[in-house]
Amino acid sequence: MKLNRRGFIQGTVATAAALSSPMVLAGGHGKPKVVVIGGGAGGATVARYLAKDSKGAIDVTLIEPTRTYYTCFFSNLYIGGFRDFASIGHTYGKLASEYGINIVHDWAIGVDRDAKTVSLAGGHVLPYDALVISPGIDFVEDSVPGWDISAQNAMPHAYKAGSQTQLLKAQIEAMPEGGTYAMIAPPNPYRCPPGPYERVSMVAYLLKQINPSAKILIFDPKIKFSKQGLFEEGWNKYYSGMIERVDPDFGGANVEVRPDSMELVVDGEVQKVDVCNVIPAQKAGQIAHIAGITDDKGWAPVYAHDMRSKLDDNIYVLGDSSAQGDMPKSGFSANSQAKVCAMAIRAALTGSAKFKAKFSNTCWSLIGKDDGVKVGAAYEATDEKIAKTSGFISQTGEDAALRKQTYEESIGWYEGITADMFG
Amino acid sequence: MLDACIKCNISFRRGVFEIFTWEGKIVRNLILMSILSALLILGWQISVRAGEEIEKGAKVFRTCMSCHMVGEGARNKTGPHLNGLFGRPAGSVEGFKYSEAMKRAGAGGLVWDIEHINWFIENPKSLVSGTRMIFRGIKNPEDRANLMAFLRQFSDNPRDIPEAEPTKAPSDPDVHPSILAIKGDKAYGEYLSGECITCHQIDGSVDGIPSITGWLEEDFVTALHAYKNDHRPHEVMRMIAKRLSDEEIAALAAYFAEQ
Ligand SMILES: Cc1cc2nc3c(=O)[nH]c(=O)nc-3n(C[C@H](O)[C@H](O)[C@H](O)COP(=O)(O)OP(=O)(O)OC[C@H]3O[C@@H](n4cnc5c(N)ncnc54)[C@H](O)[C@@H]3O)c2cc1C
Repeated sequence: MKLNRRGFIQGTVATAAALSSPMVLAGGHGKPKVVVIGGGAGGATVARYLAKDSKGAIDVTLIEPTRTYYTCFFSNLYIGGFRDFASIGHTYGKLASEYGINIVHDWAIGVDRDAKTVSLAGGHVLPYDALVISPGIDFVEDSVPGWDISAQNAMPHAYKAGSQTQLLKAQIEAMPEGGTYAMIAPPNPYRCPPGPYERVSMVAYLLKQINPSAKILIFDPKIKFSKQGLFEEGWNKYYSGMIERVDPDFGGANVEVRPDSMELVVDGEVQKVDVCNVIPAQKAGQIAHIAGITDDKGWAPVYAHDMRSKLDDNIYVLGDSSAQGDMPKSGFSANSQAKVCAMAIRAALTGSAKFKAKFSNTCWSLIGKDDGVKVGAAYEATDEKIAKTSGFISQTGEDAALRKQTYEESIGWYEGITADMFG
Repeated sequence: MLDACIKCNISFRRGVFEIFTWEGKIVRNLILMSILSALLILGWQISVRAGEEIEKGAKVFRTCMSCHMVGEGARNKTGPHLNGLFGRPAGSVEGFKYSEAMKRAGAGGLVWDIEHINWFIENPKSLVSGTRMIFRGIKNPEDRANLMAFLRQFSDNPRDIPEAEPTKAPSDPDVHPSILAIKGDKAYGEYLSGECITCHQIDGSVDGIPSITGWLEEDFVTALHAYKNDHRPHEVMRMIAKRLSDEEIAALAAYFAEQ
């Protein structure tokens, strides 16, 4: 392992020369070039695996505007007070220094699929042999009447982690005694199905300590939600009387917001709140739309065997932006897809061995102190989609020791996946 | 007395550890001297009590058995065998793949005498911070004393080595020899390992999820088959193991054995 990391720099020239690439290369010379847009769960992982496993035979460029990536995963735990903010931030230094990845801190603003180039906000144009797009999500405009991105300070989404997460926590901490936190939950499909409900748990945990008479209202356009039985069991146990969920039968799908006056209009009735966490409907990251690889539902369809776009043979799409079948939009899924994709790209560009695609996912959620639950599944690639083969979920009524173990496991997973992304 | 010594040991442990781990130098200052003499008394107490405590120590040792063997026929597993432990220099068991940190500590003069074993098993990382031993430590001083009493038998007096009983793991069901005989394809194992290391860290460190690096292949295969056949409890591992073929399990075992 260590040897590979260090060894590839010296090995680069010899290895590249020895390989006969089956593809016509960008610019017709040198090593095959892979450009990755987005340095998150999908993009960082695919870049790292391409660089590591090709031992320098592939030239990898990663485009990511932020210098510190704050993980959405565990950002709810920061809100609850179980993590400090710095602990969910990660930088790209090792990907550059240990793996030789060319890290470009910029926005991709255009993709020319015929010329096979990506243009950056800073003016540069990068050629590619294969392009990986993993930009996460963007919000569907007008999905919550009255809200747009200019209102995100008054009514934060905190669904892309970073300053939004800090802002939301600060607002909750500043709530008046007995005040109201409202969440507008998103319709399916969206990133991290249990995410909004883990957030509610963590907000309740925080309020229970600093503002125990405060109220939490969830306006939900969905009839059911992920891990519902587990969350509701925990809410009754720890935060009894604090949380109320309004489902679509009672107006949960019919909410307008007024950021200027901090009001909600639910089924025509006006209600004042102190904090309003708006999580709008979601679609593939904007650059996927610009590249023209999305479908009418707003996501980028891919083949299950290698995550290749169904609309362009030289483009691969990972993570939240992809429409792949049964996998939930999670960091775990994006990371799992990235490894299958890296293997497939390597096989296509350097002729290395191609193995069968395997995918899996587990999502942990924290409900209260030391009370963790999880849901997970295994998947395989079929011609049609990534298809679920088996799965499991934590049970209601589990004993405290098991729940604690599950929580501790999630900490281990966090360390594991972030090391797998950033080296 | 026992308690008092251990307390003083804890509060000064950090300074001590830095001195001998990184420099290998002996006594640097008076504080260190007084700790060492206090520990000698501790050691004496333990040796006097040893006869009574072996049995309890054997029970404590069960926590160690998934990684360490001791007694007749003991061999290296995830951790080195513990025969002849007392008086042995750190990082010195032939054929065992130690962390760099442990090798350095041994080269710097760390010898497993009673006080150093005591510190180490209380919190392995505090004594040798880069050790691959991913065990949180035994916090109860009495348990540590009992454990050392038990382990001493396998160092001081070979005639006392008991039958295999206490070292036999509370074992997973045997895997058919034909499955154990499969030779794993490491390259395939490396690809498959991507799925494991989302949770199990490749550098062997442990934060709530066990390390899977450096296992004997046989143990690795046996453990995964125990998940596959629902003998071991853990939903994630059962799900993962069930979709691995015998060849894939062998491939993973071969790959992780060398990490
Ligand atoms: C509150 C919350 C909790 C969550 N908890 C979990 C959890 O416990 N477990 C779990 O597995 N998942 C969890 N998730 C989901 C997880 O965060 C996402 O599914 C995952 O990050 C998706 O990975 P990705 O690569 O698709 O996108 P991201 O990780 O979002 O990465 C996208 C990156 O692309 C960059 N980018 C976007 N556009 C461009 C552009 N034009 N040019 C260059 N770069 C661009 C962005 O800056 C970003 O860094 C949670 C999400 C939320 C919101």
